[in-house]
Amino acid sequence: MKILIKGGRVLDPAHNIDDSLDLLIEDGTISRIDKNIQEQGVDEMIEAKGQLVTPGLIDIHVHLRDPGFEYKEDIASGTRAAVAGGFTAVACMPNTKPVNDNHTVTTYIKTRAVEQGVCRVYPVGAITKGSKGESLTEMGDMRDAGCVAFSDDGHPVGSGELMRRALEYAKPFNLPIISHSEDLDLVGQGVMNEGFVATELGLKGIPWVAEAAAVAREVMLAEFTGAHLHVAHVSTRAAIDIVRQAKKRGVRVTCEATPHHFTLTEEAVRGYDTNAKMNPPLRDADDLEAVREGLADGTIDTIATDHAPHHIDEKNVEFNIALYGVVGLETALPLTLRLVEDGVLSLRDAIAKLTINPARALNLPGGTLEAGRPADVTVIDLNHSWTVSAANLVSKSKNTPFDGWKLKGIATHTIVDGKIAYRKG
Amino acid sequence: MAFRHKHILGIEQLSKEDIGFILDTADSFKEINTRDIKKVPTLRGKTIINLFFEASTRTRTSFEIAGKRLSADTINITASSSSVVKGETLEDTARNIEAMHPDIIVMRHSASGAPHYLADRLDCSIINAGDGAHEHPTQALLDMLTIRQHKGSLEGLKVAIIGDITHSRVARSDIYGLTRMGAEVRLAGPGTMIPPGIERLGAKVYADMREAIKGADVVMMLRIQLERQGKTLLPTLREYAKFYGLNPRNLTLAAPDALVMHPGPVNRGVELSSYVADGGQSVILDQVENGVAVRMAALYLVLGGEQGDNA
Ligand SMILES: [Zn+2]
Ligand SMILES: [Zn+2]
Repeated sequence: MKILIKGGRVLDPAHNIDDSLDLLIEDGTISRIDKNIQEQGVDEMIEAKGQLVTPGLIDIHVHLRDPGFEYKEDIASGTRAAVAGGFTAVACMPNTKPVNDNHTVTTYIKTRAVEQGVCRVYPVGAITKGSKGESLTEMGDMRDAGCVAFSDDGHPVGSGELMRRALEYAKPFNLPIISHSEDLDLVGQGVMNEGFVATELGLKGIPWVAEAAAVAREVMLAEFTGAHLHVAHVSTRAAIDIVRQAKKRGVRVTCEATPHHFTLTEEAVRGYDTNAKMNPPLRDADDLEAVREGLADGTIDTIATDHAPHHIDEKNVEFNIALYGVVGLETALPLTLRLVEDGVLSLRDAIAKLTINPARALNLPGGTLEAGRPADVTVIDLNHSWTVSAANLVSKSKNTPFDGWKLKGIATHTIVDGKIAYRKG
Repeated sequence: MAFRHKHILGIEQLSKEDIGFILDTADSFKEINTRDIKKVPTLRGKTIINLFFEASTRTRTSFEIAGKRLSADTINITASSSSVVKGETLEDTARNIEAMHPDIIVMRHSASGAPHYLADRLDCSIINAGDGAHEHPTQALLDMLTIRQHKGSLEGLKVAIIGDITHSRVARSDIYGLTRMGAEVRLAGPGTMIPPGIERLGAKVYADMREAIKGADVVMMLRIQLERQGKTLLPTLREYAKFYGLNPRNLTLAAPDALVMHPGPVNRGVELSSYVADGGQSVILDQVENGVAVRMAALYLVLGGEQGDNA
């Protein structure tokens, strides 16, 4: 099988490549990247003139809901949504049923991904058994089964002592600990950002300090243990400042932000729109600005979606009982490109935050275009304007706050391991 | 003028003219409540469902009497929020009730936004009888009616609202209504009960309750619900009464003819000393009485103010 991508603008931030080049894929491997490749016996020719050719996009924070919540999403539908959004690899969080807290569940996910998945799936294991925050999981065994990082996403580890031990334990395995940083005492019964909008709507607020205080603890523990901490979905100015200062001191910390946190504010909750209910909550305009500043100055390494599918029955209820989260795989790329349009990021940096940076954050293969490496490639039409339609999402769930939004930029081809996993119809 | 709102979900949506019109209509209904035969045929043949997910004898009874005095058929449904636990959603409940073809649903719910949710999905009129910590529009309207009756107008009055602002839907509705009608609203309460940004609704926050009530024409005390406050918002009721309770001593700071109000039920000795609650300046029972007239007006106006014979 030979695929030739002709005449595209090849952008590979990891190798500082930004040039009009051809890319030849043979038997799953990138065989050549060069000017004007002439090749016989090509099975598939992708005319990429005017398009962008990048390393396959990587999303290190998704919820595939499989096993246990397949009515929201499963590995087949979730990976199809991923490739439709241009992603060739995803890391999936362990809050499944059962929780991914042992090698059997990890093996199930890996096997399922091979059988039914259309992109690479990297399981994230739980830090603690059942994500109950009581005792550590068998991290070494789970790494052998395929886990690339550990997180109790959605169930922040309450005990500082246990978090310390998790970091210490994971360190010699060179596995990052991903922290969903929230002080649950400070979160209380809150359901949206604490601030004027919550006051007006009469909804209980979650204060910014609930995130910042938790990030401060995690960063200090990372500094203390020397282990690698990755902070998930930062959303507040204070938390971003803490990470920025820690990086300056040389702490091994990376972090991510989601498209919804750099695009929307708490204003989106008005009208009690449950598709604007997420965790961490949408913050205020200053926090949104801080997320953009953090992306611009490199404090925030990576853009991740926190793709969190929920069934309509779980969202079509009173705001305070609706489940948290939004789908994100199919809108992340164009929302990231808006940052380029707004002058927040260069195109190169935007692509880096979707390719090499997430790969580095979790020590994943990929994220670059290199001859001899497995061919994960995304072809992007930067100028294609389209309107998001929740009903037309590939994901099983339709909980997007961007329904009806006009966006620009879309993946036209997503190539995973040398095969075309998605082609825009 | 005509009332153009199909629903009354909050005071926020009502203009100064809307509010004035409701209060004028309520005034005209008030007389019916003092007649020998307290019933007019205005809403004969109309069906009103009082859908209460949260216990509230006072508000429910007030709406029920209001509906009956206008000759509507009023039905009370006390739905427990536990139906949610049983798997029945608010939407299911709503669809079931809609199938009974009510003209108006009067709704009380512990979730902020719940009446808005129904209004988006059902054909009938919705009157919000209190949603979470969001709004309680008819309470604010009866407060305004009571003040207007005693002071002639709301314009330029100084109104102090004291207590748990964060969790009070009454406070929010009162702030919207009173400021819209030209009154000055001052707020005071424990630091744990003043929500962020509340000044942006047009009220001024005072650290000291005494500053807030100095020269006030109206002192409105809010009910403290200790069960809701949990352990972290208040040390003790004793402490609360000492710093945020209204007693004859601090009431002297207000204007000599200041009105004392409370949405009820009063925790005697906490928000109000009995001397004040039962004293000459208290208009708490007027509030209750006006509640019926205001609710009659609300029910009447959301149906377009259609006249039956002999209204
Ligand atoms: Zn999370
Ligand atoms: Zn997550």
